[in-house]
Amino acid sequence: MKRVYVNEKWCLGCRLCEYNCAYANSGDTDMVRALRGKKINPNIVVEEYGDINFAVSCRHCADPICVKSCISGALSKEDGMIKVDHDKCVGCLTCVLVCPYGCIKEGEHGAVSKCELCLENSCGEPACVKGCPNRAIVFEDRG
Amino acid sequence: MKKYVIIGNGAAAVGAIEGIRSVDKEGGITVISREPCHVYARPLISYLLQGKTDKKRMLYRPESFYEDNGVKVMYGRAAVKIDPEGKKVKLDSGEEVNYDKLLSACGSDPFVPAFEGIETVKNRFGFMTLSDAEALEKELSEDKSVLIMGAGLIGLKCAEGIAERVGKITVCDLAPRVLSSILDADCASLMQERLEKEGIEFLLDDTAVRFDGNKAYMKSGKEVSFDILITAVGVRANISLLKEAGADCGRGIVTDEKMQTSLKDIYAAGDCAESVDSTSGQRKVMAIMPLAYMQGRCAGVNMAGGEEIIDNAMPMNSIGFFGLHCMSAGTYEGECYEEKGEGYIKRLYTKDNLLKGFILIGKNARAGIYTAMIRNKTPLDSVDFETLKKTPSLAPMGKSYRTEKLGGVV
Ligand SMILES: Cc1cc2nc3c(=O)[nH]c(=O)nc-3n(C[C@H](O)[C@H](O)[C@H](O)COP(=O)(O)OP(=O)(O)OC[C@H]3O[C@@H](n4cnc5c(N)ncnc54)[C@H](O)[C@@H]3O)c2cc1C
Ligand code: SF4
Ligand code: SF4
Repeated sequence: MKRVYVNEKWCLGCRLCEYNCAYANSGDTDMVRALRGKKINPNIVVEEYGDINFAVSCRHCADPICVKSCISGALSKEDGMIKVDHDKCVGCLTCVLVCPYGCIKEGEHGAVSKCELCLENSCGEPACVKGCPNRAIVFEDRG
Repeated sequence: MKKYVIIGNGAAAVGAIEGIRSVDKEGGITVISREPCHVYARPLISYLLQGKTDKKRMLYRPESFYEDNGVKVMYGRAAVKIDPEGKKVKLDSGEEVNYDKLLSACGSDPFVPAFEGIETVKNRFGFMTLSDAEALEKELSEDKSVLIMGAGLIGLKCAEGIAERVGKITVCDLAPRVLSSILDADCASLMQERLEKEGIEFLLDDTAVRFDGNKAYMKSGKEVSFDILITAVGVRANISLLKEAGADCGRGIVTDEKMQTSLKDIYAAGDCAESVDSTSGQRKVMAIMPLAYMQGRCAGVNMAGGEEIIDNAMPMNSIGFFGLHCMSAGTYEGECYEEKGEGYIKRLYTKDNLLKGFILIGKNARAGIYTAMIRNKTPLDSVDFETLKKTPSLAPMGKSYRTEKLGGVV
């Protein structure tokens, strides 16, 4: 299946992906209105480490420990994509405690939030990848 | 066609069903379920009382789960005897069920010490099952006082669940602090303060020695009046079926890495099983939901002829009360790295070049990076731990780790 992969040598750490993610998941049609003056809480996070930068989002693990650990059954795998059912999630954060890549986080309204490859919002394909000027993240099928 | 029988219908049973079906799509699966209902998420019973979920949303798997997986569920039946030679299970209804592979996934039951006069208490509840929660809910009203015995996870989750719906809550515990099995004194007092802010009162280092109707007489000499008594002092693994059948048992049913018991073709998983805590090397019952599922799944795969082992189990918990979250994992031994602030504690325990355990209260973003380091036994000198201990992140794990995890399928 297609997932988001990182080319860390091309990443400038500009954080455009974080903004594009927050916008795509805001449900708003106006980027300025969606983001201005707000602290964004994107599902992709740029790490900075010396002169290394890269953007991390859910790996959509083949054997997802978050799904196995969820205490409510809110996490599931659908055609390889790991999804949160926001109605079922009670925000216990057990999934945050187990995700090895730090890719699931407290969201709004008491449920967690994670990358769902923009398949659950109106974008339809990962907004982070689409907006990256350097191809430092790509959406590809590597198995 | 193989015949699989599962005793119990909780997270471990679901793991087993999914594990079996990942290997064997044909074999017959029978679940013997003492509770007369579809599998629900047990930890959600407090969220149910809090109004954060409902009976439909708290189903641990979709309504079509058993049908989709070709599972026959015998609701409202309990297994009463296992015959390991004849390979059959006897039920309370007198029926017998034959098996080729059997799983004990029968969890634990609350344990209530024989307090003097406890039979004189009319409104007394446990807090383990959906039916416990529903029975308790009927009695809740804002003019009532509640005494909860037990300041462990279950007692406190119950307190949080009903806090808005009753007049007064007092929690007592024999231990000198709340959540005594997972927290030390400092961390426990942070959690206690949060609960006290909601008006919950504590009587620690104290317990009831005698009851008389609506009154508890405490060890300290205090008297506590209540309308509702909730007992949450502890649970015990359901081992008796297997023990009588001759399986090795400690506090739980002894299992190996494949979740097999000492009896041929019989497996155990979840709260009824005892296995090795990889962070301390000790055998114990680790009664947590993620492990119940994973052990069940591992047992299921092996029962169906596949191969899976669990050699990295450890205690871990993420629990929150009124928005303050506390995460813990592993064993608290070795050197301690500490950060502390207003409403925030971080403690990492390292020993022998390994991260062994942690407690995080207040801030917990990306905590799973630490959990994975414990689980994978990542040598600390192979990573930049100075950076990691301040900020859990992937960059300090090194280039090859990043290339593998962020550039390939994991
Ligand atoms: C209020 C509460 C909050 C919790 N919160 C958390 C949490 O936040 N995080 C966490 O990790 N864990 C939590 N837990 C613990 C978690 O619920 C358990 O670890 C988990 O449910 C264990 O799953 P299991 O399948 O082993 O057992 P169970 O879910 O207990 O299922 C066992 C089933 O077997 C049935 N059974 C028993 N004997 C027989 C028999 N002879 N015949 C037929 N059926 C039988 C029982 O009726 C039961 O339905 C909580 C527990 C409670 C009660
Ligand atoms: S949230 Fe974490 S554990 Fe779950 S699929 Fe994504 S990367 Fe894997
Ligand atoms: S926070 Fe939500 S998705 Fe995560 S484990 Fe808890 S219930 Fe499941």
